[in-house]
Amino acid sequence: MPVMDKLKAISGSIAIVGVAESDNIGRVPEKGPMELHAEAGRNALADAGIDKSEVDGVFTAGYSTYDIAEYMGITPHFTDSTSVGGSSFVIHIAHAMAAIAAGYCEVALITHGESGRSNRARAGGNPGLAGAQYEAPYGIMGAPIGYSLAANRYMHQYGEDRTREAMANIAVSTRKWANMNEKAYFYDTPMSFDEYHDSRWVSWPFHLPDCCLVTDAGAAIVITSAERAKSTKKGGVNVLGVAEGHDHSVLHQMPDLTRTWGRHTGPQALEMAGLSHDDLDLAMIYDSFTYTVLATLESLGFCGPGEGPDFVADQRTAPGGDFPLNTSGGGLSYTHPGMYGIFTVVEAVRQLRGETGQRQLDTCELAMAHGTGGTLSSTGTVILARD
Amino acid sequence: MPVMDKLQAISGTAAIVGVAESDQIGRTPDKGPLELHAEAGRNALADAGIDKSEVDGVFTAGYSTYDVAEYMGITPHFTDSTSVGGSSFVIHIAHAIAAIQAGYCEVALITHGQTGRSDRARAGGNPGLPSAQYETPYGIIGPPVAYSLAANRYMHQYGEDRTREAMANVAVSTRKWANMNEKAYFYDTPMTFDEYHDSRWISWPFHLPDCCLVTDAGAAIVITSAERAKSTKKGAVNILGAAEGHDHAVLHQMPDLTRTWGRHSGPQALEMAGVTHDDLDLAMIYDSFTYTVLATLESLGFCGPGESPDFVADQRTAPGGNFPLNTSGGGLSYTHPGMYGIFTVVEAVRQLRGETGQRQLDECKLAMAHGTGGLLSSTGTVILGRD
Amino acid sequence: MADGYNKPIPIPQPESDNYWEGAKAGELRLRKCDDCNQAYFYPRNICPECGNNNTSWIVASGNAKIHTFAIVHRPPHPGFMDDVPYVPAIVELEEGPRMATQIINVEADPSVISIDMAVKVVFESITDEISLPKFEPA
Repeated sequence: MPVMDKLKAISGSIAIVGVAESDNIGRVPEKGPMELHAEAGRNALADAGIDKSEVDGVFTAGYSTYDIAEYMGITPHFTDSTSVGGSSFVIHIAHAMAAIAAGYCEVALITHGESGRSNRARAGGNPGLAGAQYEAPYGIMGAPIGYSLAANRYMHQYGEDRTREAMANIAVSTRKWANMNEKAYFYDTPMSFDEYHDSRWVSWPFHLPDCCLVTDAGAAIVITSAERAKSTKKGGVNVLGVAEGHDHSVLHQMPDLTRTWGRHTGPQALEMAGLSHDDLDLAMIYDSFTYTVLATLESLGFCGPGEGPDFVADQRTAPGGDFPLNTSGGGLSYTHPGMYGIFTVVEAVRQLRGETGQRQLDTCELAMAHGTGGTLSSTGTVILARD
Repeated sequence: MPVMDKLQAISGTAAIVGVAESDQIGRTPDKGPLELHAEAGRNALADAGIDKSEVDGVFTAGYSTYDVAEYMGITPHFTDSTSVGGSSFVIHIAHAIAAIQAGYCEVALITHGQTGRSDRARAGGNPGLPSAQYETPYGIIGPPVAYSLAANRYMHQYGEDRTREAMANVAVSTRKWANMNEKAYFYDTPMTFDEYHDSRWISWPFHLPDCCLVTDAGAAIVITSAERAKSTKKGAVNILGAAEGHDHAVLHQMPDLTRTWGRHSGPQALEMAGVTHDDLDLAMIYDSFTYTVLATLESLGFCGPGESPDFVADQRTAPGGNFPLNTSGGGLSYTHPGMYGIFTVVEAVRQLRGETGQRQLDECKLAMAHGTGGLLSSTGTVILGRD
Repeated sequence: MADGYNKPIPIPQPESDNYWEGAKAGELRLRKCDDCNQAYFYPRNICPECGNNNTSWIVASGNAKIHTFAIVHRPPHPGFMDDVPYVPAIVELEEGPRMATQIINVEADPSVISIDMAVKVVFESITDEISLPKFEPA
């Protein structure tokens, strides 16, 4: 099992020095996914003030490191294409930390790019996988259906009405944040509680606004040693704690539909950082669905099982509330090209740097970014701090 | 770039404590790839005397860690599904050292399984990749065609006749090793030089015996800290050096068709281990094709550019020769399910332990295992030592 | 094949041939580990609990209760265009394991279907080779 004294020894030894999206996000039919990777990578390096020739570690998912490195003209000495869906780019931070501490590379570039909205091709599935044989034939395909099955179990255990109200609270508060982020898909589109409740069903118990967007977007992160970070353009956002793991692949194998692997990664990342929940100024929690946020807040230990609805009540997570959550507008209202995890880190870094304009938090020195991948399957948690 | 003093500090801190193949290899139409992963994983854990419940790091390629972990009933705290083709499982060793050293996991399980021979399904390609647009339309499809293009360039630069003779030497010497390994596909099938030269063309300049087998097989490796290794069933094979990287994805982007990334990963792994080429007792070098061995020996620095035909002359790499190479019979004559790299490590470990019966080397204390992935694209080199 | 069936069709694999043959014969077959004395889903030759190969096939009773369900209004695939709203579910079999399925022969309405509701297996033939185990109210 993870060895805490070793992990504590590398806490803070690595820093994020650059973050960026692709030039455009949202609907970008004129650009392919690799171009979005490369744009975001170039922009993140510019944000760091680090030349491409210094990148010696390449991390990506969805595409091979071959494709990204070749497209960008990088010849990496360390490569990582671990893919666990949306959490991939968050867990890459743990991998980058280990690789840099070990000496395998000095400058790690994590890139993402997907044309979720404008895709011209869909990859075929592998008929040998459990999902293809034991879920897809029943129409259990894609995230909305899988997650709605989990959400209904939560409703059954903890009450339908209060769960519904909690999902509405999350959808509405997240939209308010998006209305303060000009890059957000729903920047110009407010949403009331009535509009939430009157919206159409996608897969009951999910209304349309319970479900994340499907957009085109890319993003990238540059990571280097804390020492090296001092000489970059904007300085370092230190990586104090990181953890990852998973406990199932297909939904029907999930041990408890209301608890994610965040129950391990949250405590591990916080302990590695030497911090507690109350120390955090910002939580960026992957919101593939409103329900994802509920189950994740509880799994991470912000509140107990079944207490998520009280925790998010009364717009506590909205602008002006005392628990700022998903200040970019999240996957629900900002952008979600398919594997959104990397964008939780991008926003956390920008809030820690004080770069987020009208939505900037008054105090932001410590932030958590948390990715979820697969069907509530993998999680990655990272604790970030401004020097 | 890789930081040698850090790497030297972790040299020897992790050890291979278990290796195994699936129960059967060769042709197993009654078993699926995931089952081969799971069999090999279980067998490698038995080889280590470590219980499945202690595995907290899962590494694989071809499949997601989701699929392999779920099938085997493992819930990992560290996951790595970096896939760069056949070299993946070798570079996983570098990733595992870094993860164990950082404290992310204590027992790493690397699994492989492919039914190259009996596949019931072929995955569709991604039409957005450069290969689909700029190589496959010309019939440049699959490794034999691509590697034959590289081999012909080598012939042009360094002489056709001596290259041909070198490829024959590699094919024949490797077959002799396979004739001493009862698990080898060609265990019962010797091959003469005449048979080599008289065999049919696959893609000129490659004869059939220049090309690796296509088999069904799985394999797995268990890695833990050097400290923990002391209490395992067979003790440690220490990981003294490990390096990886890549410099292209599609063949036409390869900077020099006669030089692989081994030119970086070989020297880095040796320097990390603090040893030189002459210290090695065994070289296990991915032989997807006879030509792969020639280009790799030169890239790794065993000899200079264009010198490998002299280096492998007169069956120097065969049983009884003074440069034992691919003693299992290699991808050419033992097994090759698609991504063969892991088998180079399995054989190196067994030679170091003295478990290889009639083909056992008299002296084997230090071995190199080297994987190649993609189209001569990625390489991973590890240096292994017996306590 | 039923004319025009254009939903995903399972392709039997080495470890699931017997499962799908059973479904075609009207049996819900499960793997059971004879060492752990425990049934599991989905079919694997190697027990996910202990890792041994000492596993066999048993025939499940087909009795189950709903662990969770959803009601799909936006089809995830063109094949389900005419089926919405339909009811995907995870059911817990009497023998212990959970499996994914659909609840049929019931109105797709959350006030009619409930979690923990008793259901039983029915087999729906979709091709000459494949019948899908689905569940209906017991």
